[in-house]
Amino acid sequence: MSVVLGLYAMWLREVKVYMRERSRVVSSIFLPLMWLIVFGKGLGSTISIENISYDVFIYPGIIGMATLFGSLFFGVYIIWDKKVDFLKEVLVSPLSRTTIFLGKVLGGITDVLIQVTILLMLGPLLGVPMTLTKMALAYIVVITLAVAIVSIGLIIGSVMESPEGFGLIVTFVAYPLFFLSGALFPIENIPRWLEPFIYIDPLTYGVDALRQIILGQGRFPLSISYSILLGLAALMVYIGTIAFDRMKAY
Amino acid sequence: MREIKKVFNSGVTAVDGISFEIAEGEVFGLLGPNGAGKTTTINILATLLKQTSGHASVNGFDCLKEPQRVRENIGIVFQDPSSDDLLTGRENLDLHGLMYGISKAERKKGIASLLELVELADRADERVRFYSGGMRRRLELARGLLHKPKVLFLDEPTLGLDPQSRERVWQYIEGMVKDKELSILLTTHYMEEAERLCNRIAIVDSGKIIVEGSPKELIKGIGGDMVKLKIKDPDMAALEAKDYILSVEKTDSYLILTAHDAKTKLQEILELAGRVESVEMRSPTLNDVFLYYTGREIREGPAEGGFGKRMMTRAKRR
Ligand SMILES: Nc1ncnc2c1ncn2[C@@H]1O[C@H](COP(=O)(O)OP(=O)(O)OP(=O)(O)O)[C@@H](O)[C@H]1O
Ligand SMILES: [Mg+2]
Repeated sequence: MSVVLGLYAMWLREVKVYMRERSRVVSSIFLPLMWLIVFGKGLGSTISIENISYDVFIYPGIIGMATLFGSLFFGVYIIWDKKVDFLKEVLVSPLSRTTIFLGKVLGGITDVLIQVTILLMLGPLLGVPMTLTKMALAYIVVITLAVAIVSIGLIIGSVMESPEGFGLIVTFVAYPLFFLSGALFPIENIPRWLEPFIYIDPLTYGVDALRQIILGQGRFPLSISYSILLGLAALMVYIGTIAFDRMKAY
Repeated sequence: MREIKKVFNSGVTAVDGISFEIAEGEVFGLLGPNGAGKTTTINILATLLKQTSGHASVNGFDCLKEPQRVRENIGIVFQDPSSDDLLTGRENLDLHGLMYGISKAERKKGIASLLELVELADRADERVRFYSGGMRRRLELARGLLHKPKVLFLDEPTLGLDPQSRERVWQYIEGMVKDKELSILLTTHYMEEAERLCNRIAIVDSGKIIVEGSPKELIKGIGGDMVKLKIKDPDMAALEAKDYILSVEKTDSYLILTAHDAKTKLQEILELAGRVESVEMRSPTLNDVFLYYTGREIREGPAEGGFGKRMMTRAKRR
């Protein structure tokens, strides 16, 4: 019972703080919009890939990207908690480190889902064929991917002291993951030597699963890509609880 | 706690073999200058730091083996502000209640009465960002009490408060002790605070307890009155030779004597000392106790990373 209350407390605080920071709300609404417009309409309205216009082709990729960036950068808030000393207040409470970690993960997922929901709502307007089933499946994939990547962000955040350092490291992690994932182009066209990197990029499977669900075009069967995401999420949550257990209050 | 030692990775020995025990309903004070190891001691008891050696337990629970049980039993008011300043005062308290698994009805009731107690009821729905330092301090005091802890740690509870707020906080603390079965470990470097609130005091310096006892005992322990002389070059040898003079301490332009029955010996002391510009005589205070045992004056400035300073340079986050 008190674990549920504790999870709720951690989640509630994240949501309240999120809602109160206008810049965060605004950027989570406009960032995905901007990507859709810049990449879809600007770059590629004349190109088409496998008989799908480019802006529709990258739509699942943009959802994957919003999930990646939103999730990974969420880890910075654990560093802010250290900085403003709120973390101490949480760490002297009877909540276990696991509860604290999971509460943060829930907060991060909520953050990401707000962005993704906006994108999913826009799909039909962009001419992407959407159905309720597709939406539901897309949500499942996004949540699984978000659990994995929010955890990675929190793991990095748990060992870092400064938000600036965090930003630097996460940028180095995020961009390769993004570009290698096939979010912006079909991975078939990529040079041979890059292929191994594509296969170890978890976002590849997230984007592929989303593309499979939304456009019916994926490189891997959905069962395979989703299993990989699920395994990754489980592993990262496990590592995350260990990282939080080791995290020092000072 | 017994023989607690804490050596930081940096090589600093912050706590060097401190032992003490606090009885139920007692207010125990750790008194010492900046960097004495007071906060470190509290952090070890509050399970935020692990000691390098020694044994620490709170309410019968070992701080290393059962940290969760320890945390269930303690409340803490940190030296630095630690509330979420984007949330309102009430929201901070409610969040705290949730973390301690308190039911909704009880939270509501407890929060209302504590807000009344710390006189924040009318400002409770404002964001903490807009609170003054003293208001925030009072909020965190209320927060530390919300879950009805058995042991309360107060790390410099009145740091950065104006005399009025300080007086009020002292009254709260006295009230708390009177009607709750709760033990308090309080750190301070304000002598009057220790004298007023604590049943027992330990003076710490460089991570060691130098002397321990009730404020009265400690003052009596000096065994004399304080005489402070303003004097250029005193005749130290003549003074030290007298056996009713217990100690002689020289600072830049002052000479501080502890003398047995100084009231009747004052004439003689003045004659021995030489040309005296001014003289001051009084009964000893805890400050003199501190001076007597450490040979140093306790600094009255705000502590490192203190509350007042933090309020001004508060990290702008996110
Ligand atoms: N995280 C840390 N890492 C390394 N050294 C530390 C750390 N925290 C404290 N110290 C050192 O330990 C010593 C004791 O510090 P502590 O904070 O316990 O003092 P204090 O008695 O609370 O002082 P103040 O009155 O300034 O609050 C100091 O020398 C300090 O520099
Ligand atoms: Mg301190």
